[in-house]
Amino acid sequence: MNNKTSKYLYPQYALLWIVPLAFLTLFYFYPLATILGKSFVDLSSLAQLLEIVRQPYVTKTLWFTIWQATLSTILTLAIGLPGAYILAHYNFWGKSILRAITAIPFVLPTVVVAASFTSTLGPNGWMNRTLMTWLNLETAPIVLNHTLWAILIAHVFYNTTIILRLVGDYWTLMDPKMVQAARCLGATRLRAFLGITLPLLTPAIVSAALLVFIFDFTSFGVILILGGPMFSTLEVAIYRQTINFFDLEMAAWLSVIQLICTLGLTVLYARLSRKIHRPLKTNRLQSIRRQQHNWKTRMSVGILITILIIVLVMPLATLAFSSVYKFEPDRGERENVSAGFTLSYYRELFVNRRNSIFFVTPIETIMFSLRNAVITTISALAIGLPATWVLTRKTRLTQLLEPILMLPLGTSAVTLGLGLLLVFSRTPFNMRTSSLLVPLAHTLVAFPFVIRSLLPSWTIINPQIRKAAAMLGANPIQVWREIDLPIIGRAILVAGAFAFTISIGEFGATILLSRPEFTTVPMAIYRYLSLPGALNYGQAMALSTILMIFCGISIFCIEAIRPNAISEF
Amino acid sequence: MMLEIIDISKSYGSMETLNKISFSVTKGEIISILGPSGCGKSTLLSIVGGLTTPNTGMIRWDGISLTSVPPHLRNFGLMFQDNALFPHRNVYDNVAFGLKQLRLDPAEIDKQVSAILNMVGMKDLANRDVLSLSGGEQQRVALARTIAPKPRLLMLDEPLGSLDRNLREQLLYELRQILTELEQTVIYVTHDQDEAFAIADRVAIMNAGQLIQIGRPRDIYANPASTFVARFLGLTNILETSVVSVDTNNGVRISENSLIPVSQPPPQHMKNPRILVRPRGAQLSEHGTLSGILDNVSFRGALVDLKIIVANRLQLRFEVPTPSLIPKVGTRIKLELPSDASIWIEDDSL
Repeated sequence: MNNKTSKYLYPQYALLWIVPLAFLTLFYFYPLATILGKSFVDLSSLAQLLEIVRQPYVTKTLWFTIWQATLSTILTLAIGLPGAYILAHYNFWGKSILRAITAIPFVLPTVVVAASFTSTLGPNGWMNRTLMTWLNLETAPIVLNHTLWAILIAHVFYNTTIILRLVGDYWTLMDPKMVQAARCLGATRLRAFLGITLPLLTPAIVSAALLVFIFDFTSFGVILILGGPMFSTLEVAIYRQTINFFDLEMAAWLSVIQLICTLGLTVLYARLSRKIHRPLKTNRLQSIRRQQHNWKTRMSVGILITILIIVLVMPLATLAFSSVYKFEPDRGERENVSAGFTLSYYRELFVNRRNSIFFVTPIETIMFSLRNAVITTISALAIGLPATWVLTRKTRLTQLLEPILMLPLGTSAVTLGLGLLLVFSRTPFNMRTSSLLVPLAHTLVAFPFVIRSLLPSWTIINPQIRKAAAMLGANPIQVWREIDLPIIGRAILVAGAFAFTISIGEFGATILLSRPEFTTVPMAIYRYLSLPGALNYGQAMALSTILMIFCGISIFCIEAIRPNAISEF
Repeated sequence: MMLEIIDISKSYGSMETLNKISFSVTKGEIISILGPSGCGKSTLLSIVGGLTTPNTGMIRWDGISLTSVPPHLRNFGLMFQDNALFPHRNVYDNVAFGLKQLRLDPAEIDKQVSAILNMVGMKDLANRDVLSLSGGEQQRVALARTIAPKPRLLMLDEPLGSLDRNLREQLLYELRQILTELEQTVIYVTHDQDEAFAIADRVAIMNAGQLIQIGRPRDIYANPASTFVARFLGLTNILETSVVSVDTNNGVRISENSLIPVSQPPPQHMKNPRILVRPRGAQLSEHGTLSGILDNVSFRGALVDLKIIVANRLQLRFEVPTPSLIPKVGTRIKLELPSDASIWIEDDSL
């Protein structure tokens, strides 16, 4: 009966599921099958897989991947949980600004994170220069580049906001009466926290931690740029095997291992986050926390906020600073040029230097990136909208489709890149020289985010509302225009902004697929960072700052138009 | 005296939530705080419970100040509006929570929880997930959880607030039985006057952070302290002095043939005296002193509600015993008012 009604309301969409399915088949499953085909030839391949895993190189890589992800997650929790507590329980001046700024790192391209890290803690970074001046040192006192610490700190910078948001929002919405009730029933502060608050928060903490772990596990740019040649996660290993050693078979094997791990983790995460949504009586939003503060709480809150600012905001500020401040003369310039503020790095973006290794100027890479982002946004929405619409139907067909549509969620960017590289660099689909290959990869990377942004909006459209509109005399098109579109419109904007931002900053898949004539901004930053000299460094800073400002603006827009609910990633 | 609330004030920023509230509660007394939503009732409970610190004033128990006593050592029970049941614990564990904090022997806890669940009629549902319960069942569990540790003071914040009318009346009856049986000292917060009057020994009426009147239900009903109290109790026949002329012998006149008996002159202490005409006690009579056009009639069984327009400008409402022949709307009727039908009250609506 229900089916009949929805068919009446949406006759023209009956076969919509074909669009996402066709896209995924061609650009996701076929490449994935090609990767598997490289390694899994027959059943004996399973034994071969075990053998591959036993190779010291693979064991070491896998071990390091898990180990660094675990360590990063623990550190992220250590910074994020107190931060989440503060955001959920205290009102202070500039809270909404801090909340918004702490969201920027999450959407920052990895190359920008690497650049801001370099500008803060790198050998030529702001901290080292300050310390060298103050303490009159000859060499940089902080040596973090190409160490494990560099990776860990960058991961904390990157992912703390996930804990702040997922746990913090959940904490904010938690009814304070739960704890008050426990206190009235004779529980001390500590017992009320351990007996009530902590168990209620646990699903949120565990699922946030798992999400952080997944991001750390599949981390690519941070490891590649900040870790240097000493460190290799599975993701980096796939890249190196492909680009440096041309060992596609090994790369394929590593991708299979990576795929098994990420899919497993994603399924686990999906299970856990479903648990979060169990009905919990929530704090009414208007009841703002109005606690009385004595100087002790003020002090500790102040210290925690300072830590948050140092970890999450300062690197962004030093990056912007480094892009307009010259420490030393450029190569070729006379030595007596003094240090000071300059816009020359930005001016250089328009210049194609004779000694440049690129075919294109930086400004042209910006144009290319924008073009990719537009294509990605359009295609991701074109696939994501019908996909999410299908997913919210509760029919037998969608129950079959759901896990299939959700699979790309658990596939890492480099694996996607490798798959596309394998398929589209040879007949019958030779697109190796096509400039469309990069936005295609970006669409696949953005797809999960688009799905996650769109899905909740579809589910809040109660079928009753559509029926009510139909009973009031609206025809199917009017129902769509008056009911669905306004409700899902904001979600479309958010999803589009996500797709756009992801495309602008995408690095893992792009580095496998891009060609010198098609250079994106992150690729350009990566190359500038790996070249010596103040000019290259400055240009990396300038381009990174542009990307950072862009991503900042886009996350502000996302925050502003996102439907008011618990944040999702 | 057991509980003394002395000069409690609380403001959030520039918003004053409570202004110098003082009253006391004796042992075994059920006192109801009655007032519209947002008048500061819940904040007051929160302060008595030690969950909120007042700006000024203190709470005393048996003459001892509780200012430095944290909530978990006060042994006051507070049943929250919308229950605040722990969603991750079942019925049994919710009720046992307070007893566990007392570090009682598990067997003893078990015995007491069973007894209390039995008392509230939830014995069979001990192992149920609290989220699977109906509204009324949740309310019972919340009550059981609150009274389980035998609090010396029980505070109930709109305990029947979210329930439908039938269930509310039934639970109210059960609740009164349980509370009387336990000889429990109770502060019962509600915005529903029927609920307050049905359960309380004394009622404290609050408005906008101020305590307006406190007293036995019948005394408050007979002598509301102000126009706010009167209107809140549904007594809406309030006359401004400008619409009447003084008739020194018998009362005040609204028009030539409409006289309302009231003592003269108005009490000296009243700054803005008004006349409250009680709707009950009036009777349809040929010799009535109040004459008006019947505007609306609603039948209530033994009584009928009559709305009349007096002198073309004042609407008054009366409840009279149902006559054998109910007059028609639009006709002129006459009512006879008893001599104590009207009193002077202070207008505090400014």
